[in-house]
Amino acid sequence: MATPVSQMTPIPNRDAFRSGMRAGIPVAVGYIPIAIAFGLLAKSFDMPNVITLAMSLFIFAGASQFIGVQLIMAGSMYWEIALTTFILNLRHFLMSASLSQRLETTSNRFLAAIAFGVTDETFSVASTRDESTRGHFVLGLNLIAFLAWNVGTWIGVFLAFGLPTSVQTSMGIALYVMFIGLLVPSLTRKPVIVVAAIAVLTQAVLYFGVSQFFPLSSGLSIILATIVAAGIGALIYREDEA
Amino acid sequence: MISLFLLVLAMAIVTYIPRLVPLLWLRDVKLPPLLKRFLLFTPYAVLASLIFPGLLSATNSLTSALAGGAVAAALALLRANLMLVVIGGIAGVYLVETFL
Repeated sequence: MATPVSQMTPIPNRDAFRSGMRAGIPVAVGYIPIAIAFGLLAKSFDMPNVITLAMSLFIFAGASQFIGVQLIMAGSMYWEIALTTFILNLRHFLMSASLSQRLETTSNRFLAAIAFGVTDETFSVASTRDESTRGHFVLGLNLIAFLAWNVGTWIGVFLAFGLPTSVQTSMGIALYVMFIGLLVPSLTRKPVIVVAAIAVLTQAVLYFGVSQFFPLSSGLSIILATIVAAGIGALIYREDEA
Repeated sequence: MISLFLLVLAMAIVTYIPRLVPLLWLRDVKLPPLLKRFLLFTPYAVLASLIFPGLLSATNSLTSALAGGAVAAALALLRANLMLVVIGGIAGVYLVETFL
């Protein structure tokens, strides 16, 4: 018997999955060079290949992986790296919460598989497509992005030998320009500008002031500045301004 | 090596939790408004904290790091695709380090 859900969305699961993979192609194409940059950067820091590849396989979060490699090489404490990663990925909480409102799929195992592939980019594609009420669509979209991320990482790791050192060190900037590319287009609303400015200001105070007297690792200052800035933003702005 | 692998595992778990919890258990729960606003602002706060001061020491020289950052910011302001922003930033650093 047909349920109301399948009456509204008559396409079979297999087609929804394929349609999701097609919708994910632009994300996949965008991921490959960033993943290559990640592989190259890890290589230039002499990170063991198996660790670099395991990061893309098990973590699948670009910013966390980049900052993780940087913090490991800067000699940060492991708990700081884990905490920084957690704070960095809190943003996925809202994306998953938003997806949970629209998905018709209710099998927990299926939702757990979808959850693993929630990223800034897959989420923005999913939230602009009507098909994303279908679990299979979102799974296909996330899967192709995940595959591209891992293929890119492998290329970066094993291509690194052939590249001149000057190109490899230029990759150190990749992480930061990716952050700039994610942040700058959002700086059109005043609350966002204010929160970003408070974060930079807090970082400046910690970096030029506090750390002269009291040693602070970069991981810990990122955590502190984020909590201060997002906290102040949450206190001074109303819901509809956030 | 084993401790590095355990770190990767820990990072994987703390990355997965914020992705998983809302999908499994928060389908019908409304978050307190203050927490929701905090979570809404977190991405911008964390991105800004990551960019500064980390950007300054991302390359061999302050000049090339600032050049790469400036190229990326300009491309991002022009609403260029993220991939172009990244490639432009890397190219900016490479050119400054090669020719200056």
